[in-house]
Amino acid sequence: MTLNGWLQILVFCGVLIMLVKPLGAYITRVFSGERTLLSPVLVPVERGLYALAGTSEREEQHWTSYAFSLLMFNLLGTLVLYGLLRFQDMLPMNPAGMAAVGPELSFNTATSFVANTNWQSYGGESTMSYLSQMMGLAVQNFVSAATGMAIAIGLIRAFSRASGKALGNFWVDMTRAVLYVLLPICVVLTLVYVWLGVPQTFGPYVEATTLEGAKQTIALGPVASQLAIKMLGTNGGGFFNANSAHPFENPDNISNMIQMLSIFAIGAAFTNVFGRMVGNQRQGWAILSAMFILFIAGVAVVYWAEAAGNPIMHQLGLAGGNMEGKEVRFGVVMSSLFAVITTAASCGAVNAMHGSFTALGGLIPIINMQLGEVIVGGVGAGFYGIVMFIIVAVFVAGLMVGRTPEYLGKKIEAKEMKMALLAVLCLPLAMLVFAAIATVLPSAVASIGTAGPHGFSEILYAYTSAAANNGSAFGGLTGNTPWYNVTLGIAMLMGRFLVIIPALAIAGSLVAKKTVPASAGTFPTDGGLFVGLLVGTILIVGGLTFMPALALGPVVEHLVMIAGQTF
Amino acid sequence: MSQSKSASILDSRILIPAVGGAFTKLNPRTLAKNPVMFVVAVVSVLTTILFLRDLASGNGNLGFSFQINLWLWFTVLFANFAEAVAEGRGKAQADSLRKTRTETQAKLLTGNDRTAYKMVPGTSLKVNDVVIVEAGDIIPSDGEVIEGVASVNEAAITGESAPVIRESGGDRSAVTGGTQVLSDWIRVRITAAAGSTFIDRMIALVEGAERQKTPNEIALNILLAGMTLIFVLATATIPSFASYAGGSIPIIVLVALFVTLIPTTIGALLSAIGIAGMDRLVRFNVLAMSGRAVEAAGDVDTLLLDKTGTITLGNRQATEFKPVRGVTAQELADAAQLASLADETPEGRSVVVLAKEKYAIRARDMASLQATFIPFTAQTRMSGVDIDGSQIRKGAVDAVLAYVGSGPLQVSGNTAIAVSPENETVRELRGIAEEIAKAGGTPLAVARDGKLLGVIQLKDIVKGGIRERFAELRRMGIRTVMITGDNPMTAAAIAAEAGVDDFLAQATPEMKLALIREEQAKGKLVAMCGDGTNDAPALAQSDVGVAMNTGTVAAREAGNMVDLDSDPTKLIEIVEIGKQLLMTRGALTTFSIANDIAKYFAIIPAMFLAFYPQLGVLNIMGLATPQSAILSAIIFNALIIIALIPLSLKGVKYRAIGAGALLSRNLLVYGLGGIIVPFIGIKAIDMVITAIGLA
Repeated sequence: MTLNGWLQILVFCGVLIMLVKPLGAYITRVFSGERTLLSPVLVPVERGLYALAGTSEREEQHWTSYAFSLLMFNLLGTLVLYGLLRFQDMLPMNPAGMAAVGPELSFNTATSFVANTNWQSYGGESTMSYLSQMMGLAVQNFVSAATGMAIAIGLIRAFSRASGKALGNFWVDMTRAVLYVLLPICVVLTLVYVWLGVPQTFGPYVEATTLEGAKQTIALGPVASQLAIKMLGTNGGGFFNANSAHPFENPDNISNMIQMLSIFAIGAAFTNVFGRMVGNQRQGWAILSAMFILFIAGVAVVYWAEAAGNPIMHQLGLAGGNMEGKEVRFGVVMSSLFAVITTAASCGAVNAMHGSFTALGGLIPIINMQLGEVIVGGVGAGFYGIVMFIIVAVFVAGLMVGRTPEYLGKKIEAKEMKMALLAVLCLPLAMLVFAAIATVLPSAVASIGTAGPHGFSEILYAYTSAAANNGSAFGGLTGNTPWYNVTLGIAMLMGRFLVIIPALAIAGSLVAKKTVPASAGTFPTDGGLFVGLLVGTILIVGGLTFMPALALGPVVEHLVMIAGQTF
Repeated sequence: MSQSKSASILDSRILIPAVGGAFTKLNPRTLAKNPVMFVVAVVSVLTTILFLRDLASGNGNLGFSFQINLWLWFTVLFANFAEAVAEGRGKAQADSLRKTRTETQAKLLTGNDRTAYKMVPGTSLKVNDVVIVEAGDIIPSDGEVIEGVASVNEAAITGESAPVIRESGGDRSAVTGGTQVLSDWIRVRITAAAGSTFIDRMIALVEGAERQKTPNEIALNILLAGMTLIFVLATATIPSFASYAGGSIPIIVLVALFVTLIPTTIGALLSAIGIAGMDRLVRFNVLAMSGRAVEAAGDVDTLLLDKTGTITLGNRQATEFKPVRGVTAQELADAAQLASLADETPEGRSVVVLAKEKYAIRARDMASLQATFIPFTAQTRMSGVDIDGSQIRKGAVDAVLAYVGSGPLQVSGNTAIAVSPENETVRELRGIAEEIAKAGGTPLAVARDGKLLGVIQLKDIVKGGIRERFAELRRMGIRTVMITGDNPMTAAAIAAEAGVDDFLAQATPEMKLALIREEQAKGKLVAMCGDGTNDAPALAQSDVGVAMNTGTVAAREAGNMVDLDSDPTKLIEIVEIGKQLLMTRGALTTFSIANDIAKYFAIIPAMFLAFYPQLGVLNIMGLATPQSAILSAIIFNALIIIALIPLSLKGVKYRAIGAGALLSRNLLVYGLGGIIVPFIGIKAIDMVITAIGLA
């Protein structure tokens, strides 16, 4: 580890924290229906869309109809995307002449993009037509992110409304998320990426002759626009197979920094939106602090492990950190930081191969995802994810101040507990049960790239990534088989919708409760004590479940490596 | 008050039957009420069957799996034991109550004459029957006095041997079955049929027979069940992960890991905590009609307290003699004392006491002074004494002024009689009186032979230490509101002196009810106590309504707690007991979950050592062998239940130090402690069982 390395990490954190307040203020205004800078242009568009859809911002929905609208919208999105992929060979904008995508892979890809996971069992430049990329994948990149924001906003309203029945209007929240938040920022980011050298073209792939005289096909396409939403919407699905390690998808350190910032930007700002809407920004900062403690700890471990490198290599006279699977232009620091960010948020874009990290360097990304990606987390999803943990934390600890548990004046009772646990439970269910089946299924084990505990980590990582809606992979594993395509698809749906529905149910229950005014007897949730408690709860409730599995994967791999054996 | 009934936790009269209770509670239907312990029992049955199978075939490490089996069953039994001990403490109390419920004969009235009755068994009485109860009779069932007045010994329910007065009408008309009339007779209308009387309910409550899970307990059970499910997933997936690595894990080891991970500690003690909470109230002579009410007590935001009897001593007392100019305080005190010598009211006696304490004027004998006492009447609104030809009067200021001929109401015909020459003195006296009223006191003017002497200041005496109690409540986050019939000026003065946050002056029952509704609309929980029938609506509306045992039947029915001592200040303790109950639950849950870290460090290396010896470095406790490690973890897991029974019965102490400080303190003790203690405990057990060769 070097001082320079830590300074770069510090710069990232500093810029991110400076973005939180202005972005939080803007998003708050957008979802409160207040005037913003963009209103003169966008209000007529918004009105037109509502008129077209036959809804109005005054028509508020009960949580059940909010959830129903959301599910129907996502179901429709899945079907449309599935159709686009199955028939892409007959559809226009296919200059490279890509064939139709097979049924399992189409199912996997459709659920993957709708669930904001972007697990890619395919290579983008060798499978997808431009139409599939732009009308299919990119559209879901926008709307799956907007869906996450709509849920988070619904849940925030449950706390900020003194009592009521409705959570807001799903269609309105959705439209505003896309129109006011995602689109304008993406337009700017796309231009910046183009300026930095990322291609944006509908032209065909280029044929080049190398110095040796060999022919090489250089894949191009509308990369910059895809890249912008891939990061901002914490989607992570790369235009190219190499994702953000590809020079066209991540040319230099500036684009790398912008990409990392845009992964965290909206997620971090949502804590501030929450604080603003409940009338005390410190509440938001407390949540963000808990996230940051876990984040910095993760960065420190990965950076340390990667910088320390592999003792076996050192014995062979190869000093320095672990550079296997890393781009030289990013080095150990920016690769480590990127890996932690992308797994802490449910992004899944990569600029280095996580499977090539040292055992401990690979352990942290797995843990980040297993905790439910609540460390900043996916757009909206990180916020409603951490609220589940907050509910468990205030329930247990809140009792210790001698009152029945409450959070921001809303009583946490049996129903909230049931729903929060359902959300917390569905992750180990999808991650561990599928992994347990896969590790004893010979055909599934055959897909792994490396023997021993590393191979086990590959399987564990795949299901962890899918259920956490991350989408990154631990190299090595050949995921494009019917078994993995189908089971990973199911894991992605479980990890997405079995959290969304309980989150909305909690919102529906809480919004109807009267807000109890705070007093000296109320447990303060905007201070250091709460932050510590939340961190402890996330680690113990979220993490303890996975101890045995982690011990058999990365932990044992690390211990074996110290003993002089690698896989 | 009789709080000396407390039985020690280590009372063998409770412990020995509880051991038997631990076994009878193995009944699956009883166990099923507790999800965590039910799961433990189910896996214990399973492993026992596996053990018996191995015993028959002679396979496996029988000594080890026998011990694990044994400790699994101990875990269940210890949980049952904890519950049985908690119930046992209530049972002891119920037994003494049951003795009072002996078969009584009732004198059922057959006509209007109180001698026309027939003897019937007390159990045959129906609601609205009218009985006569005479001196020496036991009151056959709960009822309301409709005629007569009697002194009643209620020691059976309150433990207080001094008799109380029960009379028809008013707020002291309720009588309880099982209590005894000592003198006179009363005609009682029965209000409760056999089996549903107050004592029956008390017995059921203290025995825990009617115990239903409270809302918070249900939510906590959901959490515990959820945690159990999470650990099912964590352990059930291990065999296939292990088989990938080329190893296999014996089922008994998986079961041991599972049982140590699930929150058995809190699961085992949860119902004991609830029962003990009710029991603590009973020890305070307060009966909660539901556990829900006890929980609500912990959440109370606003406390409505009656001024008289709660905040102030029951009666006003003389605190100062304020003479007019030209009269010494000594003279005034002397006159006031003479006027009060025969005055048996508490106010009158307090004048005598003050004169003696402050001016050393000794009590004199009325008869030897040949004095005639002039008693207080509603017409004169004065009392006094005629002695040696001189007349001394004391009374309301207006009345005394009228008496000396200076009152404002001396109107005859159309002409107002000229104000007396003592104009100056009158004005001065009025000034003094006004000042006293402003400070929350009551002025009594004193005159001798038509000459004004001065004013006695009567004041409500705020109870000693009450100000500190209110400050403590404020630190708990509870707002206190004083309810009084006084005028706003007096009320404000007393409120300021007592340190309450707010007051409701000239309160009527309707205003009280409106105040409760208003607070509740703001999302607050309100507690109050009351005794009269007109308090019933407010008692019913409040979240925690404590009815005084001396109160009316209506009040008792409306409240959700009954205070057998009829001491309104107990509301404060009730709130503390409610908080204590919730805190104990939270503390033990935190402790239970925090324990898991150490258990992982004990079992994971032991479990995987056979095929990944490198994981031995995780054995940071340096446990002797894999078997001793697993055994130590499960023994610790069982013993910690026994070790925490006293805490769950006594409860975690509540301190009014503010929520933040309280939480950090408890997190430190039960959170951090919960992480550290098992490391030490498991290591110690490991050393012991290795030394004696159990593993």
